[in-house]
Amino acid sequence: MNLFLKIWRQSRKDAPGEFKEYQVRDITPDMSFLEMLDALNEDLNARGEPPVAFEHDCREGICGSCGFLINGVAHGGQRGTTVCQLSMRFFKDGDRLTLEPWRASAFPIIRDLVVDRSAFDRILQAGGFISAPTGSAPDANAILVPKEAADTAFDAAACIGCGACVAACPNAAAMLFTSAKLTHLNKLPQGQPQRDQRTLNMAAAMSREGFGSCTNHGECEAVCPKEIPIEFIGNMNRDLIRAAWKRRREPLTLSESPKDER
Amino acid sequence: MEASSAATSSVQRTAQAAERHVIPVTNPLAVFWATAIGKKVVMAITGVIMIGFVILHMLGNLKIFAGPDQINAYSRFLRTVGEPELGYGDALWIVRIVLLTAVTLHIIAAVQLSRMSWAARPTQYYDHRNVETTFAARTMRWGGLLLAIFIVFHILHFTLGAVGFAPGQYEDLHVYQNVVAGFSVWPVAVFYIIAMAALCLHLDHGIWSFIQTLGWSTARNEAKLKVISRIIAIVIFAGFISVPLAVMTGLVH
Repeated sequence: MNLFLKIWRQSRKDAPGEFKEYQVRDITPDMSFLEMLDALNEDLNARGEPPVAFEHDCREGICGSCGFLINGVAHGGQRGTTVCQLSMRFFKDGDRLTLEPWRASAFPIIRDLVVDRSAFDRILQAGGFISAPTGSAPDANAILVPKEAADTAFDAAACIGCGACVAACPNAAAMLFTSAKLTHLNKLPQGQPQRDQRTLNMAAAMSREGFGSCTNHGECEAVCPKEIPIEFIGNMNRDLIRAAWKRRREPLTLSESPKDER
Repeated sequence: MEASSAATSSVQRTAQAAERHVIPVTNPLAVFWATAIGKKVVMAITGVIMIGFVILHMLGNLKIFAGPDQINAYSRFLRTVGEPELGYGDALWIVRIVLLTAVTLHIIAAVQLSRMSWAARPTQYYDHRNVETTFAARTMRWGGLLLAIFIVFHILHFTLGAVGFAPGQYEDLHVYQNVVAGFSVWPVAVFYIIAMAALCLHLDHGIWSFIQTLGWSTARNEAKLKVISRIIAIVIFAGFISVPLAVMTGLVH
């Protein structure tokens, strides 16, 4: 297969970027999309040009490192597939592909197709954990987990934090990511003690990081490589209503942004 | 999954460090309003109030087909309902205040959230293809603006009789005669129909959207709920435009 690529090139965070066109030859259909880019980079290296920077780690679709837009669709358009798991047989010989990084003010471009997603880490830091003593392993079944809660939490925990939801969202909102992380812990018995605190803190962190606001387009769900449903956004909204209305003897607290401390 | 569990230990350390810098939430509602989700929930709830009003308004309008006496009596009923506990027109004013509050909150939240979303993507994509969204969902903001302009015009027109009528033509409580006179001016009727089309689109996305925002839409029932909201939107549209169409075709005169 021979392909024409139009790739966003940007040397560093604040540098102006531009699209550059490349041609790749002799690509086999069983190569992954990233292997195709590896082939391009070998060519570029041989010619003494800077290779195209793209993020990757496991190449098994579970680490959440890779991701960019191919022809305007995050992760390329095959449902439930990260770009590393997308094989070249998804495309045709002679295709013209535009590769563009995630664009959101919360995700500044570091270089070419690589963006800084540490805003996601700060949302997690605000509440994506349970505080539990970590001693020896607890007895099996010491805490009973309802089957449905376990299944829902597992579906939510499948989120790899790749950022495709933000990239695809017309509002650059991080609702699907945050709702997946919240649903994961808020549905489980182990997550109950910090449920309201967690929801309030993560919702506040999301706004603080400069993400947009959900208008229920459903674009996030459509491109999510882990097929996280927008139902979880509804769960998150419900939990925030609960956190704001529930009468308590002691007030909840809001953690200050870790961003401000640096 | 692997990434998140590996990140947990460092996340917990940072979280413990951050816990030293916490602010007590004395007013959870203020924090609620300060988040994007809270404002979105406000939009959903005020939206439900307005959907309820729009349905009742549409049903009330249909009384025009029962003749002048029926609809004019209905207009008097709206002012005398609740008497003697409420004075003349009090019930109507309560509804108006609720609606005005709802529409104000809806617009404030919409403007703030839109600005937040526009700021969240300062650089647009060179190439972006939508996969899932609908025309109705993409026109919520500008359709909403059109509806706001329409509502102002509509109140000046049929409620106050300040625009769209020849001097002395508008008579308070003579709903039937006012409607016939109002819609006999064709640009007014056309603007009304266009605004109702915008309302139909706004509701097509809006009705399902409030269900989704308030957490009742699930992966299992989402498709059905979207069909139901579309049907409600179309029924409301048909109900509203039947009146100007009837006047323009001479069915109601």
